[in-house]
Amino acid sequence: MILLEHVPLLLIAIPLLTAFATPVLGKVNSFLRNFWIITALISTELMGIWLGHDVLKNGIRVYTLGAKLPGLTSPVGFPIRIILEVDAMNAFIAMIVISIALISFIYCMRFMEWSRNLDKFYTLLLLLLTGMMGLTLTGDFFNMFVFFEIVSISSAGLIAFYVHRGEALEAAFKYMVISSIGALMVLFAVGLLYAQYNLLNMAAIADSIQNSFVDKVVVALLLSAFLLKAGSVPVHMWKPDVYGEAPVPVVVLLITSSLVSLFILFRITFTVFGLIIDTALLGWILAVLGILSIFLGVTMALIQSNLKRLIGYSAIAEIGYVLLGLGSGLIGFPSLSEFGVKAISGGIFHIMNDALDLSLLFLVVGTIIHITGKRDMNQLGGLARHQPSLALLFLIGMSAISGLPPFNGFASKLMIYESVYRFNPFLTIVGVLGSIVMLAIFVKVFVVTFLGIPRRKDIKEVPESMLAMMGILALFIIVIGLFPNLFVDNLITPACQALIHPEKYVEAVL
Amino acid sequence: MNEMSKIVRTVACVLIIPGIVFGLYVILHGHLTPGGGFQGGAVIATIPALFIIAYGEKSRRILNRDIPSLVESLALLTFISLAFLGLSATFFRNFLVNGGFIFGKAIRFGINPGYLNTGGLIPLLNLVVGLEVSAALSLIILIMYFGSKKEVLKDAK
Repeated sequence: MILLEHVPLLLIAIPLLTAFATPVLGKVNSFLRNFWIITALISTELMGIWLGHDVLKNGIRVYTLGAKLPGLTSPVGFPIRIILEVDAMNAFIAMIVISIALISFIYCMRFMEWSRNLDKFYTLLLLLLTGMMGLTLTGDFFNMFVFFEIVSISSAGLIAFYVHRGEALEAAFKYMVISSIGALMVLFAVGLLYAQYNLLNMAAIADSIQNSFVDKVVVALLLSAFLLKAGSVPVHMWKPDVYGEAPVPVVVLLITSSLVSLFILFRITFTVFGLIIDTALLGWILAVLGILSIFLGVTMALIQSNLKRLIGYSAIAEIGYVLLGLGSGLIGFPSLSEFGVKAISGGIFHIMNDALDLSLLFLVVGTIIHITGKRDMNQLGGLARHQPSLALLFLIGMSAISGLPPFNGFASKLMIYESVYRFNPFLTIVGVLGSIVMLAIFVKVFVVTFLGIPRRKDIKEVPESMLAMMGILALFIIVIGLFPNLFVDNLITPACQALIHPEKYVEAVL
Repeated sequence: MNEMSKIVRTVACVLIIPGIVFGLYVILHGHLTPGGGFQGGAVIATIPALFIIAYGEKSRRILNRDIPSLVESLALLTFISLAFLGLSATFFRNFLVNGGFIFGKAIRFGINPGYLNTGGLIPLLNLVVGLEVSAALSLIILIMYFGSKKEVLKDAK
């Protein structure tokens, strides 16, 4: 099939084309613009699913930009062009990114209706999506840096959207400074790699890497840069500010972008450097950072009263669970025990569940802000009388995020707990405690916000399209929670296998 | 900001032509010499800055934000469309090079002075980037100028 060859690229190029066409179409008509955006995103979503299906069936797919044929990766013995490489792991993350993006864009259509400068807003939002897709699918270090910058710049613009509010500008500035530092570290690391090996392609570098001192510096730089972007503990300070101030659909995409940077982190540690570095040390560092993130996330969330900041802190804790799972898996890499594989699968599974749960919670909170105009939960109360469906959706989201049984958070957290217990019981205990505290926090939020006497009379109705999008997320949460095996066997296990077999990734290019 | 003396204003008007010509020269020779779309575009974007300095408040009447904004969007669209045109082989395939058509002259190996009519897609992309950068930088200058007069953008709420 001719088109299928181009699908890895179209996943990046179509959002980019849409982003550039949006200001022009917006000058004509806002309905035309919205219709165009939704059509493009739905087609991207379908192509993403198609690509995922194909990768699971036929193995790794590569795409060489500018070559005579998409498969012509190394015409002179080593790869000189930009190469996109899609294995089961990339395809899985790409599907998550595009699905969450589609949902938040449709939500956005009604949520941001009141604003008058939507053309540029949608352009930036689509550029953010382009950057994330690029980060996910690329197989080239310099390309990765470019997309990293696209994500940083477009999200800084989006965070400052409520420009009349001083805090939004402050949050955007903080984010910009921090991600510029991250981007410089990535650039420096890429430069070091290029100076050593004359290569930029990830697979080719993975093939020819030695364990020199410079390589260790490179690992440290890349690790810090992507942990910074993901918002793990020592560099988490931008997260609550940014999540508290940005518009909700943007926050949902930012959560996805931090999960994408976690994915890149693991792509680098497992695939590129996995076979030569001291994985036990690195794994312990990541697992301990994960534990610290969980601890700090839940303790700081306890004292918040601003709803968006509160969920922002619990997002830090959720990042911690992913780091805990994949970090403890990395300890034994490359000779993995059964439990190591299970820890890695649990971490990957939790990436998906994280995206779904946090998105649902943020969209519900966004709706609350939309209909009441209040961000502080102490000024809210009794919302369940007016909006029982919203209360139900919040209940689903909070149960999933605190890992209660019939929902998806339970499935992945259980996988992480039971495998991490074999490495070190202490790590599991902190993880379980974190979950319990998280449940306590969200029960408090639920009671204060939804139960009790209604405080306000002037509550608007919730638009149907927003409710429908939250409903879809809730449906996914329940389905994954009820049939976790279906997802683990068909999506997570191939993704995990792709991550722990770097030699296949290398073979596909060279 | 007050307008400057008549000498400065006249020179600013005269400098339009050399400014644009030099910018276009840098853009068009992007595939042969140092420079290219970005640099040439930045050269062209100095002209609105010159006008604002020379004419002060008066320049407000002739400079408007809509045109650079539209040019910018259209240039970006053209850029990505050119990339899509190569899709019969792969994205960004240089399908014009050595084709004999526009910018399609084949060059011999060895030292040569550099021929303008070569490079295929690259000069075209340079042109589009030049257009985009000149429009975008002009837009930035205009917005900062209008912003410095405490004139908040209408749509910033």
